[in-house]
Amino acid sequence: MPGHTDKTYEAELQGLRDKLLAMGGKVEAAIASSVRSITERDVELAGKVRASDAEVNRMEVEIDNACRRLLALRQPAASDLRFITTALKIVTDLERMGDLAVNIADRAQDLAQAPQLGPQLGPLHDLSTLADLSEAQLRKALDAFVERDVVKAEEVMSGDDHLDALYLKLFNDLLALMIEESRVIRRATALLFAAKHLERIGDHATNVAEMVVYMVRGTDVRHPRSRAEKG
Amino acid sequence: MRVERLQAYFHDNHVLRDVTIDVPPLSVLAVIGPSGCGKSTFLRCLNRMHELVPGARAEGSVTLDGEDLYARGVDPVRLRRRVGMVFQRPNPFPTMSVHDNVAAGLRLNGWRGDLGQIVERCLRRAALWDEVKDRLRQSALSLSGGQQQRLCIARALAVEPEVLLMDEPASALDPIATAKIEELMHELKERYTIVIVTHNMQQAARVSDHTAFFYMGELVEAGPTERMFTNPREQRTEDYVTGKFG
Repeated sequence: MPGHTDKTYEAELQGLRDKLLAMGGKVEAAIASSVRSITERDVELAGKVRASDAEVNRMEVEIDNACRRLLALRQPAASDLRFITTALKIVTDLERMGDLAVNIADRAQDLAQAPQLGPQLGPLHDLSTLADLSEAQLRKALDAFVERDVVKAEEVMSGDDHLDALYLKLFNDLLALMIEESRVIRRATALLFAAKHLERIGDHATNVAEMVVYMVRGTDVRHPRSRAEKG
Repeated sequence: MRVERLQAYFHDNHVLRDVTIDVPPLSVLAVIGPSGCGKSTFLRCLNRMHELVPGARAEGSVTLDGEDLYARGVDPVRLRRRVGMVFQRPNPFPTMSVHDNVAAGLRLNGWRGDLGQIVERCLRRAALWDEVKDRLRQSALSLSGGQQQRLCIARALAVEPEVLLMDEPASALDPIATAKIEELMHELKERYTIVIVTHNMQQAARVSDHTAFFYMGELVEAGPTERMFTNPREQRTEDYVTGKFG
């Protein structure tokens, strides 16, 4: 593909792409750390997640500004227009994922005050797996974005079912635990919230993937069911 | 209006190659493309002005309401009443008044009715009436550039054309005069079919319902304007609208 005749424009678009990736990388790291702060009862790590979120928020504002500037000054068209509008949307998803990581880290701080959930380590293990899955979904969605890879994006979209299934299992296990032993309700609920946040992170990764399909193909693949009802 | 297998030449130079396109009625078609791509030639083939240039000729067919404009026996002068044209630089008749500029075409055609009423109607349709109604007898050159261009549009409307061709109609105007012309095009398409050639892609995006992209004498792609600017099908169109040529 030939580059833009205006090299400054080309550099501005590349700069936007780099910023989004840097932000995505930060969010990925925050998700991993937040869950680790629960499983390893690491309050300090939880604090770091909260601190890094300020940086993520700053990046969101910076990316928003870059997009607005490009729209106003360059009047982008075709694939450039689709790239910039995609950037504007996925930056919101990334920022929300960052917030969810902070929420998970907050649960870590609560849990660290209470005794370890003794023999029932199963849910903790599943929570780690859920974190790995959601993080991998985000990474793959970002790869699809950089490589303009629709196949990868579609894998993310179909991969969300695994996440949902594991979340449901975790939900049922924690529920069983609470029925059995009312003293663990507070701690089990904290884990349930963390699991729910990870499941939501997976949904945001799916949003990113859907936008990548739009960016590359120009076709909107969101909400197929509501569109079928309408059409 | 339908254009089929249109070829145009300047001497041995084949400047339009096998162009086939439908011009949807009562809408605006924008023709875009880099300099020398054939877009102005295309426009000038639609009312047979191309052949006025020495050494120029055209082949193929252009049909309006089913009638081939290139058929034997078609009078190009009568044809140009049905397919009017507005040029890049406002070109009112310099020695005539505002009123006479609009009336000129009718007088030339031997019209013997109430000119005043038609002049007013055309000036209203060209969104110029309120600005000139008290100075109809003044020279057309007393108007601003933007007003002169709308006067030329009024003059073109006076002979009741079906199609209006516009060759860069706003490129010599400031942004406000340009906006008035563009606003006018939205009104005019309720009565006329408009084809506009423009270098300004944002203008094409703003004013047109359909866009045709020409490159090196070929029609590369034509389609609804929204699609052409958000998701064109051809790589060359994509490269042009995103600024990746040259």
